[in-house]
Amino acid sequence: MNDEEAKRILEALLLVTDKTLLIEQAGEVLGAGVDPADVRRLLNELAQQYAQENRRIRIQEVAEGFEYNTDPELASYVLKLTRRVRSVRLTKPSLETLAIIAYRQPMTRIEIEQVRGVDVGGVLDTLGKLNLIRVVGRKETVGRPILYGTTRDFLDHFGLKNLEDLPSLEELKAGLVPTLEIPNDSQTAAQTD
Amino acid sequence: MSYKVKLEIFEGPLDLLLHLVKQNHLEIANIPIAQITDQYLKYLELMQALDLEIAGEFLVMAATLMQIKSRQLLPPETLTPEEKEEPDPAQELIRRLLEYQRFKQAAEVLGGMEKTRLVQFSRPTRPDGTPEQVEEFVEASLFDLLTAFSQFMQGELPRELIHEIVKDEFTVEEKINLLRRLTQEQDRVSFAELFGKAKTKMEAVAIFLALLELIRLKEISIRQSQLFGEIVIMRNTGDLEVAG
Repeated sequence: MNDEEAKRILEALLLVTDKTLLIEQAGEVLGAGVDPADVRRLLNELAQQYAQENRRIRIQEVAEGFEYNTDPELASYVLKLTRRVRSVRLTKPSLETLAIIAYRQPMTRIEIEQVRGVDVGGVLDTLGKLNLIRVVGRKETVGRPILYGTTRDFLDHFGLKNLEDLPSLEELKAGLVPTLEIPNDSQTAAQTD
Repeated sequence: MSYKVKLEIFEGPLDLLLHLVKQNHLEIANIPIAQITDQYLKYLELMQALDLEIAGEFLVMAATLMQIKSRQLLPPETLTPEEKEEPDPAQELIRRLLEYQRFKQAAEVLGGMEKTRLVQFSRPTRPDGTPEQVEEFVEASLFDLLTAFSQFMQGELPRELIHEIVKDEFTVEEKINLLRRLTQEQDRVSFAELFGKAKTKMEAVAIFLALLELIRLKEISIRQSQLFGEIVIMRNTGDLEVAG
């Protein structure tokens, strides 16, 4: 099978898959002996092709796979047809707790509380119910406390490719990522100095 | 007062300190502990006067601040050898604040990514719901609210002791109903407009507690048009699920 053929198959898989086409799944469909790195390369090529052709449907790498999605600029039209949309927006305490876990995982509840300075029991429950965090093991210390880590749904929720895709804390420290600037949001950007 | 509003769903002591740093345009690295300690304690007093249930963490932090403050007042030679060997509590606090601030920044960036993600539509299997209206507002913190409230209380109202509120001339329940009605009638209610209705401080406190309770119940949210700008109160639309 040559690359073009494989891409045609991947395009079909993207269309019919439930949400995200995982690289692993796609590899299985293409057949034994296909390197996941190759699958990823092909999907990236396909995504670039779409972008170059300036199509209004995009292929985006997200949460360990690839998905079709629409241009955010078209959101208001899409919403006229369907009201189906991710419905959860996290509160500040949830976002903060999640950020701490994401960067420092695996972590125990006590370790998270040391950073935040407040009880996080309730927040952990909520994040667990939303399947954004999960128990990844136990720490081999007194009491063997539970260790928490993030899930694939976490990556999906924020549109991250993988954990390496998180904005680097060093950049945040150096102020390279303006704190008040929200991506794709020109109005609030003006407040940073 | 029968109504205890729990603060744990809001922010913690580190948030209050960062709020004070921002409010005073200070740098965390050379934060004047004595000045900040006084302001921190004033907030605690205000929270106590309002009979808010203060989490133990706030009191622990108050003790730490006072320890640092007194240590800084003493000439270094009066410290015992053990004290000299301990890590400097001021440096330790600064380290924690810087660390926490970085995670807060990371959380803001994640919040922005979440917002972007909300308007990308992909193949099905997403839960049903309605979109959040995207508005250029900053979510106000508890301390922004307390600041606005204390400024209001220093205003022109007849001077009355906060402690006298206990006589339930105005009940928090009644004010909860008032707030529900107002936020249903109007898209947004400004802080000034809401508290302008109070004729006495007692009444203002009841309104304030009602506000906190409705925030806790997630019926309303408080926003600021910009950092330290005017606070507005908005009803959370029922079909939008706001987590945690």
